[in-house]
Amino acid sequence: MNMLIYLIPIALFMGGMGLLAFLWSLKSGQYEDLQGAAWRVLADDENEPTP
Amino acid sequence: MTCCDMNTESVLAMSATAFSAEEIALASHPLGDGLRQLDLSVPDVHCGGCISTIERALCALPYVAKARVNLTSRRVTCIYRQEFEKRTTDPTGIISAINAAGYRAHLFTPIASENDTTRNQLLLAVGVSGFAATNIMLLSVSVWSGADAATRDMFHWISALIAAPALVYAGRFFFRSAWNALKHGRTNMDVPISLAVTLSYAVSLWETMHHGEHAWFDASVSLLFFLLIGRTLDHVMREKARAAINGLARLAPRGALLLISDGSRRYVAIEDIAVGDEIAIAAGERIPVDGMIVSGESDIDLSIVTGESSPVAVAGGSQVSSGAMNLTGSLVVRATKLAKNSLLAEIINLMEAAEGGRARYRRIADRAASLYSPAVHLLALVSFLAWGFFGGEWTHAMLVAVAVLIITCPCALGLAVPVVQVVAAGELFRRGVMVKDGSALERLAEVDTVAFDKTGTLTIGVPRLVTTTASDETFIAKAKGLAVHSRHPLSQALARSGGPAPIPFDRVSEIPGGGLQASRGDETYRLGNAAFADAISASSSDDSPFSEVVLSRNGEVRARFFFEDTLRPGAREAVDELKVRGYETVIISGDRQSVVDNTALVLGLDKALGALAPQHKVEECQRFSADGHQVLMVGDGINDAPALAAAHVSMAPATASDIGRQAADLVFFNERLEVVPQAIAVAKQAARLIRQNFALAIGYNVLAVPIAIAGYATPLIAAVAMSTSSIIVVTNALRLNTRGMRQRRERTMTATREVNAA
Repeated sequence: MNMLIYLIPIALFMGGMGLLAFLWSLKSGQYEDLQGAAWRVLADDENEPTP
Repeated sequence: MTCCDMNTESVLAMSATAFSAEEIALASHPLGDGLRQLDLSVPDVHCGGCISTIERALCALPYVAKARVNLTSRRVTCIYRQEFEKRTTDPTGIISAINAAGYRAHLFTPIASENDTTRNQLLLAVGVSGFAATNIMLLSVSVWSGADAATRDMFHWISALIAAPALVYAGRFFFRSAWNALKHGRTNMDVPISLAVTLSYAVSLWETMHHGEHAWFDASVSLLFFLLIGRTLDHVMREKARAAINGLARLAPRGALLLISDGSRRYVAIEDIAVGDEIAIAAGERIPVDGMIVSGESDIDLSIVTGESSPVAVAGGSQVSSGAMNLTGSLVVRATKLAKNSLLAEIINLMEAAEGGRARYRRIADRAASLYSPAVHLLALVSFLAWGFFGGEWTHAMLVAVAVLIITCPCALGLAVPVVQVVAAGELFRRGVMVKDGSALERLAEVDTVAFDKTGTLTIGVPRLVTTTASDETFIAKAKGLAVHSRHPLSQALARSGGPAPIPFDRVSEIPGGGLQASRGDETYRLGNAAFADAISASSSDDSPFSEVVLSRNGEVRARFFFEDTLRPGAREAVDELKVRGYETVIISGDRQSVVDNTALVLGLDKALGALAPQHKVEECQRFSADGHQVLMVGDGINDAPALAAAHVSMAPATASDIGRQAADLVFFNERLEVVPQAIAVAKQAARLIRQNFALAIGYNVLAVPIAIAGYATPLIAAVAMSTSSIIVVTNALRLNTRGMRQRRERTMTATREVNAA
């Protein structure tokens, strides 16, 4: 029973981290181009556009 | 990468619309710091090779700061410096760099920002409700596996705390839509959803306060989670289609070259052209506003405006309407109307008046809900009263009523329709058909009559040489030698046609509105319309289904060439297949009756109606629906737009006028017309699957509702029943996909076999 005191917050915290990670990925535009991202993995580094 | 083998020359030939630097500047927007952002649509990108080719080509330009390809929406975002080394940059270099890499590029106006925010809000809501659902389910499982009373109470309280913000945040889409429906005295699927979610939360909270055994927090939140997934899928599908359609080449010009009284010329946006302004239109440009020709002679192509397939000669004093393409000579046109009052504006008015069938159409889910939700609410009320009066215990009665509401909450129904439609739209997407929204698929499945426009739909607006009468082979060769000098579509068709090699001429002059003229020794050759080339005898009658071009030597006719519009590939197969399946096929065209009759005869259509003005096309569509038919209208022109809006459901090719594409429910990118029967077949399959899904969902209710009414539906049973029904419905919807995959596999297998055999 006593371990619930810390187990539940840990579970909630880990869930919350997952949610935050999702929010961050949404905000940083990672869902804008799902197909393109799949191809960019295969591109060589020198093909990366220079900023 | 073999998929990227694009021929640069063919791409350059295809991109008939060249953009001027001013036009590009109008389409781009400033970012500050002397940077401008230009969004281009590149419909041909489809793999990683394409991404790096385009990005490398653009970054090689010195003034480009950043270029990024979005493969999903097939767009390039390019940020460039307005000034580079003290000179204003010429942004046309960006487009020509993309063209040189072998891709078409079009300007487009980004209007999708609002849709993007809706999508992100939906995704966020899915994330939040998913977080809440998993955590609450974790706690609920512990409760179900037998926690003691104190732990159970604590878990219930934690669940309540997680569920409350999640319900408010993620449920707002449903609450808002349900409230809107109720305010207008209607009911939709969202009404029972909202009721079940809020009531179950309220009752669970009450139970928790009184240390009750059963709480439904997990049910109400996971319900929202499932439904939001369906709603997000639906939204993403529509957005994908919209992005693809917005990315097409814009046919209406953005601006025009204004002639100012001091003799200078300035490029202005089309909205800034006032009545009385004089504008210069070069050969190969589209006319931006309605007007009258001040000077110049030319032929104009009205195929997209009126559906007329042969070009019309114009000269000073003629009226021209916006959207027509200027073919041979340059013109100066005085604007007689503002852009917003032009022909296009009249068409939009007609469209708004015609929009009937579609607005009246109620989606199948809403029709189901209007029967389903009163029944369910009545059932819950009856079980509440029955348990209250006969059982005597009102709190228990309330619990039973809520259990009935949760069990019957249309979770499976809410997924039944969108999942099928998303899968069907994906299947059509692979065949090159964009579906703008789910209701279009429902309406397409009900169609029994197919009406085609002729020019641009059944035909592709490119003339083809049919017959030649010539006294001698050399005259054909000479005619071809003349024809290569013109961009008139008939001349180009003649130059392309097979037969003897062209005999070249040195000095060829083009007389706009007439034809071509050249001399060889003391002989004068003329190639053009009958009145121009053949000065002696009378021209042939006007109701021949063919367009005619005449070659004369010193005024004597030496050869005659007859052209007809080339049929769209697959047109015959499409019409045959539609007739085999028992659809009535009609042509509704603005072209001359004789031409329309000829096309109908060649393709074997049931009925041919020609010489129709836009409002007559609408009337024809309305007449069909008055006779109890459901019409699918397939058309492309500006003049088709009102009919596209009036028909039960409509399709347009990607080459259609801007307004035609906007009016249509489905847009096909495929060159071939066979996609029309294919799209109907997929829509029918989807409709069948939707009905099956409804049957499954209702069958599940028939099993589960008695358990709930009897008072045996614990939260555990509700959770299991709800998830299984959702999974069954989704799996059933995916069958559409596997069928499509099997067909594709068979196609590739036969193709390989044919290749191996050959």
